[in-house]
Amino acid sequence: MISLSLRKRFKNSLLDLSFSSEETGITALYGRSGAGKTSLANMISGLLKPDEGFIKIDNQLIFCSQKGIDLKPENRGIGYVFQEARLFPHKTVKDNLLFSNRSKTPKSRPLSIEEVVEVLGLTNLLDRRPGSLSGGEAQRVQLGRAILSHPNILVMDEPLSSLDQTKKQEILPLIERLRDEFQIPILYISHSMEEIIRLADRLLIIEDGSIAADGTVEELTGRLDLRPLTGRYEAGSVINAQVLEHDRHYGLTKLKFAGGILQVPFLEADKDTRLRIRIRARDVSLSSTLPDKTSELNVFRGKVKEIAQPTHRNAPHADTLIDIGVPIWVRVTRLSIDRLSLQPGVEIYASIKGTSVDRQNLAARKGAKAP
Amino acid sequence: MLSPEELNVLLLSLKVSFWATACSLPIGLIVAWILARYEFPGKMLVDGLVHLPLVLPPVVVGYLLLVTLNPNGTIGRILSQAGIEIGFTWIGASVAAAIMAFPLMVRAMRLAFEMIDQRLELAARTLGASPFRMLFHISIPLAMPGIMTGTILAFARCLGEFGATITFVSNIPGETRTLPLAVYTLTQTPDGEAAAFRLVVISILIALIALAISEIITRKAKARLGDQK
Repeated sequence: MISLSLRKRFKNSLLDLSFSSEETGITALYGRSGAGKTSLANMISGLLKPDEGFIKIDNQLIFCSQKGIDLKPENRGIGYVFQEARLFPHKTVKDNLLFSNRSKTPKSRPLSIEEVVEVLGLTNLLDRRPGSLSGGEAQRVQLGRAILSHPNILVMDEPLSSLDQTKKQEILPLIERLRDEFQIPILYISHSMEEIIRLADRLLIIEDGSIAADGTVEELTGRLDLRPLTGRYEAGSVINAQVLEHDRHYGLTKLKFAGGILQVPFLEADKDTRLRIRIRARDVSLSSTLPDKTSELNVFRGKVKEIAQPTHRNAPHADTLIDIGVPIWVRVTRLSIDRLSLQPGVEIYASIKGTSVDRQNLAARKGAKAP
Repeated sequence: MLSPEELNVLLLSLKVSFWATACSLPIGLIVAWILARYEFPGKMLVDGLVHLPLVLPPVVVGYLLLVTLNPNGTIGRILSQAGIEIGFTWIGASVAAAIMAFPLMVRAMRLAFEMIDQRLELAARTLGASPFRMLFHISIPLAMPGIMTGTILAFARCLGEFGATITFVSNIPGETRTLPLAVYTLTQTPDGEAAAFRLVVISILIALIALAISEIITRKAKARLGDQK
């Protein structure tokens, strides 16, 4: 667990923020480039000195300007995963992995290199030198090296931003496995909502050097006022669900969520597996009456919660937030809003195309709260 | 092939240069590290002092050594009580050579340290490495090609040292008469030309060997760092 409150003045900006994160799981810090994310990571790991404030990890102060505590980076017990791999070029992959001589902390369980190598798929790389690794391979080695330093917490600063899309898809599940198998809390700094939605439980949004919002990923992605901050990813809602049963005959899987039951194409997941699913705003349509005969499997009754102001005067669309037990975003035209007389409080039926819940948007989440 | 006198001169030169280089190596590393990594008041002065032997006439350096380290002076007496005789001995020749070669050594090493990607050093720290461990496992290995170059340059400079040596410890056969001094002596002797020429050839050979070794080591170190990507 980490809690902190820091102030640091830079030439043209001020970083002034406080937060505390959970015992386990991934806490995401989202912010646009230049929001001070890397400076924050550097201050936490001891590479940059804050002007004032404190940082506490598992009830141990590692920095406190009042008490004059300022532990050196090597004594902070923080694993730092950098944007670039920063592997030691003169050492083999194996020696990179074994570099840390930090003894294990009381909290972390002893990790063997074999175990980490196996989880991250590094077996064939052990004798290679960093110069011959691809970007994705190097980043995997860096993850392993950080884990093997027995940290109390892992700070990841945009670990995927230098990789292409395919490589990202290769590393994302590995970060999930690190979270689930090694039980190390992770502070995940990123400007990609896609990554955050897939990985994180809790989300902190940094804007202009301070925390603009703090909540669960589900909550914050459903909030209209944060749209300008998080708007870069494809508009959609994030909901938690649980595998209820499989319909092998039709190749479908039933998912239970707060709004009822959602039928999606067959998922390779055990019963009761908890999932996070994402419903894109453009994959939801609205009708004022219950459609009689329809090809849609997933129709839910709900109420209009909020209608977003169109982005500009002649914009065809206005995103609408519908409450069907959970808030979901719907992308409708302004014409439809007038035709259906949509306004907050109006009852409405929302059809969700089963196919919009694709596998890519699913993240197996042991830690997710029950729907 | 070599006459006993020639062999004597050669071995003495190698001995003087070896000890001069070996003893200044750790000091050179520390000074280079400090100059590469720290900002402090008086840094310009330290930098200037280190470089002084490079720009001063060697005779001046030799004379200054004679004044400060002569056997009857304070430092000379303390050293001779400790059993170290500097004045007019091969040890004194080593001291003179070490001081003359020091700037070359420090320059190469400092440049090597400055070239290291400091982000790697910071990564090492976050992995739990103390500054000491970082230095020996990351910084020095990464700077190795430069450290090697500096060492070999210094060794070669020591072998060639003349002015400071002859001024400080004189030209005593078997004790302080190194290769350059022997060449000089022979050129001053009637009919010494042929013998001097033999020593000149030896000098050239040694220099070429040193350069070749330096090149091989640098190439190996670079290949090991795997930076031809």
